[in-house]
Amino acid sequence: MENNSISTGRKAYIALMKGLCLLSAAVTCGIALFLIGYVLFKGVPSITWELLSTRPSYLAGTIGILPDILNTVYLIIATLLIVLPLGVGAAIYLTEYAQNKRLAAVIEYAAETLSGIPSIIFGLAGMLLFANTFGSCLLAGALTLVIMNLPTVMRTAQESLKTVPAGYREGAFGLGAGKWRVVRTVVLPGCVDGVVTGCVLSAGRILGESAALLFTAGLAHTLNGFFASLASPGAALTVALYLYAKEPGPGGAEASFAIAAILMALTLGINLIAILAGRYFKRRSAL
Amino acid sequence: MRKMQKWMGIALAAIAAVSVLSGCSRRANMSGTVTTDGSTSMEKVIGALGEAFQNENNGVAFTYNPTGSGSGITAVREGRCDIGLSSRSLKDEEKNGGLTETILALDGIAVIVHPDNPVSDLDVDTIAKLYTGEITNWRDAGGNDAPVVLIGREAGSGTRDGFESITGTSEKCQYRQELTSTGDVVTAVAQNPDAIGYASLANLSDNVKALTVGGVAPTEDTVKDGSYVIQRPFVLVTKADAKLSGAAQAFFDFATSADAAPLIAKAGAVAVH
Amino acid sequence: MIRKRQQLVETIIHGIFLLLGLVTVGCVLLITVYLILSGIPALRQVGLVPFLLGDTWESTAKEPSFGILPFVLTSVYGTAGAIFFGVPVGFFAAVYLAKMAPARIKATVESAVSLLAGIPSVVYGLVGMLILVPGIRTLFRVPDGASLLAAIVVLAIMILPSIIKVSVTALEAVPQEYEDASLALGATPVETYFRVSAPAAKSGIAAAVVLGVGRAIGEAMAVMMVSGNVPNMPALFQSVRFLTTAVASEMAYSSGLQRQALFSIALVLYLFILLINAALNFFLKRNKEGG
Repeated sequence: MENNSISTGRKAYIALMKGLCLLSAAVTCGIALFLIGYVLFKGVPSITWELLSTRPSYLAGTIGILPDILNTVYLIIATLLIVLPLGVGAAIYLTEYAQNKRLAAVIEYAAETLSGIPSIIFGLAGMLLFANTFGSCLLAGALTLVIMNLPTVMRTAQESLKTVPAGYREGAFGLGAGKWRVVRTVVLPGCVDGVVTGCVLSAGRILGESAALLFTAGLAHTLNGFFASLASPGAALTVALYLYAKEPGPGGAEASFAIAAILMALTLGINLIAILAGRYFKRRSAL
Repeated sequence: MRKMQKWMGIALAAIAAVSVLSGCSRRANMSGTVTTDGSTSMEKVIGALGEAFQNENNGVAFTYNPTGSGSGITAVREGRCDIGLSSRSLKDEEKNGGLTETILALDGIAVIVHPDNPVSDLDVDTIAKLYTGEITNWRDAGGNDAPVVLIGREAGSGTRDGFESITGTSEKCQYRQELTSTGDVVTAVAQNPDAIGYASLANLSDNVKALTVGGVAPTEDTVKDGSYVIQRPFVLVTKADAKLSGAAQAFFDFATSADAAPLIAKAGAVAVH
Repeated sequence: MIRKRQQLVETIIHGIFLLLGLVTVGCVLLITVYLILSGIPALRQVGLVPFLLGDTWESTAKEPSFGILPFVLTSVYGTAGAIFFGVPVGFFAAVYLAKMAPARIKATVESAVSLLAGIPSVVYGLVGMLILVPGIRTLFRVPDGASLLAAIVVLAIMILPSIIKVSVTALEAVPQEYEDASLALGATPVETYFRVSAPAAKSGIAAAVVLGVGRAIGEAMAVMMVSGNVPNMPALFQSVRFLTTAVASEMAYSSGLQRQALFSIALVLYLFILLINAALNFFLKRNKEGG
């Protein structure tokens, strides 16, 4: 009925636009599915328990990615341990303490700038600031990642601090609590959801990062404990993927696709966790 | 909040457990660290030597950081590692700067083409003509009527340095692609029937064809007796005036001993000691 | 007495949080200062004009020349090309997701998009090398497929997720009343999306484009593997080198003036990024103010 009342020109326009939308969505989806399928197809068959649980042996000519997995875990832990207090602290300053609008704007702008810097620049800056002063090691990589992820953690903590009702704070102040006490007992617990989301997002970003680590964290596949690792050079999964793709010995090409498939599965897992955490906190705050 | 604390606790305990476990697995009889840094082409050779050395000396932590020859040389000079690894001879200014070179092994640089390319032998002169752009069609080098696609390494690479200085093409190569690793060169050549590239003999795979140069195939024997001419040294770089630590000296001795020769050969290079 | 002590504690804690807040600013300043300090020496030695406008880069030659015009132009053309292909696809896909798609399909496509964002750039490079480069070679009958075009295609795909995500957010933030009014006036839903919703979300979409520009100009690992990496002046089927790849490909082996020149390239890249950030900030602010 409606269709009869509009001109052919409009109909053509509508059909064209609708077609373009569908086509674009299909193209995007197609590319994503193709890439995911291709990597899984090439990678999954080479994922074996041996690959996951050993370290590479040049003598036996085998490849194992256990050191790289551990390095990635260590990097995530070390980065989060440092970036959480910094990011959450900055967020608390901005939402609770900052009276100087100018200063707050400067901090926000700095965070904006940081989040726009590409990882290769972070890699170079990390090399100049950290790796050149105390050698390339996981700690240098972690510190570089801290700078990279600071805006993300700050932003998510800030968002969730804004959702803590002002009434809570006023109530606590009214009971005679000092500012620090209010922050500690009322505001901080209120931003746990933001902190968790920030952690998940940062972990995802660290997982996929290679350019920033290449010049800072080193490239070795040595099996170490947490603290020994922080002080020695080590390759994360992405860097190992890069190395195996670049200098494939026997099994190197397979290993690099296997790592790619593992990374993809982990990314998917982290996305799921982010969605679930979002739902959990939403439900809790609705109560 | 309390839940989070609990999780944090578990996570920290897990880290501690992992650290302790991996700490325990090392039985000490000789302690210390050996740090090596440098050439990516030497990865297999140094990896095999380091692993064998560690198997015999459980207390020693051996690390190899594959950063590139230039970085490795700089790292020794600045004292950031014990032994630097270079896949080219030291330049005079580097030797004058207080560094010594010890040739560990020789490596052939294979000239590779796509398996479908009918050409299987070229002499050094023709290779040079191809790379300088004097010959631009495979027809003029005994192949099909197709344009030659030149693939090489990035400026500063030890492999490129070795290849260009032996073929006399320094600064004259008309590359179509300058890639940053052996793997990339091999992949690029394997994907293009008209491509020609060069790569370390130690890192070749079978989806490309290595040419014979002047009738000589690149093998361990031909590299060793010098009849395969496109080759370069793998060099251990140390400081001339400073003594190595006990562990580092032990590794240096092991690497240059006759025991190490079969390991080096297995890794695709040719031992000289 | 207790009051005073409490006040002191409050002041100290205020100070601590202020410091934590300033860490971000400190990081930006530190990065800026370090990049400037390491970028200046080569600029001094080579000269600003020969450095920026010189068209030959022979960093390891006996008489080296350091002209980065090819890199600058390649980065500009490559980014423009990625935007040319990526933005229309991203925009239409965003309209579909924000306005037309059923909830189920929307959830599926959105998770596919975030997976696309999560693929490490090395994988893009690897797949590009194995499929895209040979594909371009056969499709366009050129001697070799590693080219500016291959890099543009890879970049266009890589910026899709950010463009889609930001545009979807902007489109969803358009007040329902605008659309209702348009529908009530007799416009069809599709017309409403493109003639009312999209113009209303234009600052957000502009921000998405600028974000895409930033991503594209900063990408290194993937383009290094598909672009051929030779410092030529850019042409569609020519082997080219970007600002980022110039830094990444030579850094490991570099020394002396060459290394300093690489840092100068990084400085130029950083200045580009700062400009883009300023533009992004401008659009985002306008969007917030409901422009």
